[in-house]
Amino acid sequence: MMRLHRVILALLLAAFGWLLARAFVSLPASPPHLADAVTAQMDQSGVTHPLTAVLLNFRGYDTLLEIGVLLLAGLAALAVSGSATTTPRAELLDRPAVLLGLVRVLMPVLVVVAFYILWIGSYRPGGAFQAGSILGAGGVLLVLAGVVDGARVRLALRMILGFGFLVFLLVSATVMAGGRALLEYPVPYAGLLILLIECAATLSIGAILTLLFLGVVAKEEAS
Amino acid sequence: MNPALWVDVVLAVMLVGLAVAVLRARELFVSIMLFVAWGLLLALAWARLSAPDVALAEAALGAGLTGALLLGAARALGGTSTKGDAP
Repeated sequence: MMRLHRVILALLLAAFGWLLARAFVSLPASPPHLADAVTAQMDQSGVTHPLTAVLLNFRGYDTLLEIGVLLLAGLAALAVSGSATTTPRAELLDRPAVLLGLVRVLMPVLVVVAFYILWIGSYRPGGAFQAGSILGAGGVLLVLAGVVDGARVRLALRMILGFGFLVFLLVSATVMAGGRALLEYPVPYAGLLILLIECAATLSIGAILTLLFLGVVAKEEAS
Repeated sequence: MNPALWVDVVLAVMLVGLAVAVLRARELFVSIMLFVAWGLLLALAWARLSAPDVALAEAALGAGLTGALLLGAARALGGTSTKGDAP
């Protein structure tokens, strides 16, 4: 049985390797110069950092779907993690003082850094995903330190879970109502709309990542 | 040879070495720790390739959060913390 397992695995890996090799060989010899096209359109995008322009404007559709996929992952984690128990208040006060002090110092810094990363995303490396993951790291820290009440935090996270996706969809629907294509922002408002979407997405990404971790922890306590 | 190239070579060798170590480690916990270290080195590699955006995401998501999730999953697995069919 084990041998058959390994043979099938080897065959699958070989097939995958062959596909990769074929894709590599079939690459055009000179790469298409998409960077030039992006640079030419930069003043239409509402931001000055090319990566943010591509992610949130020129290829906004991909990012919309990415946030949708993350939302699905968060929902799946919610579904399998079961119900969280409420920690008694006395137990919350019984945490190591050094850990609590560290959390108290670190959390505001993490929040400020996250929103700084979000803000500079329009003209430098940064943006919603990085900012969201920093928020998520803060959430993980809170869960690890045990200072948050599982059930209540879960409800709060659930409220902002789909917020980013919702705002993204609303923006795309609103610009379509004005007779434009999906996610074709009106140029004067492009920067504002991108910032709006990124703010909502940052909150949601942070919530989803925290929920993923909370799911693992809850599972462990239940078993 | 210029020093920057040396840094790159050392980085590449360490990445491959750590990747092998992750796969060969007997205990899941050791594997995960090595994986986190590997993720941080990979973030450095992205930074060297002048892709700071990817480097940020790799450090935060690839190394930090994935490591935390893997640790939680390994603990949830409980007693079976050694790999099943390691050679």
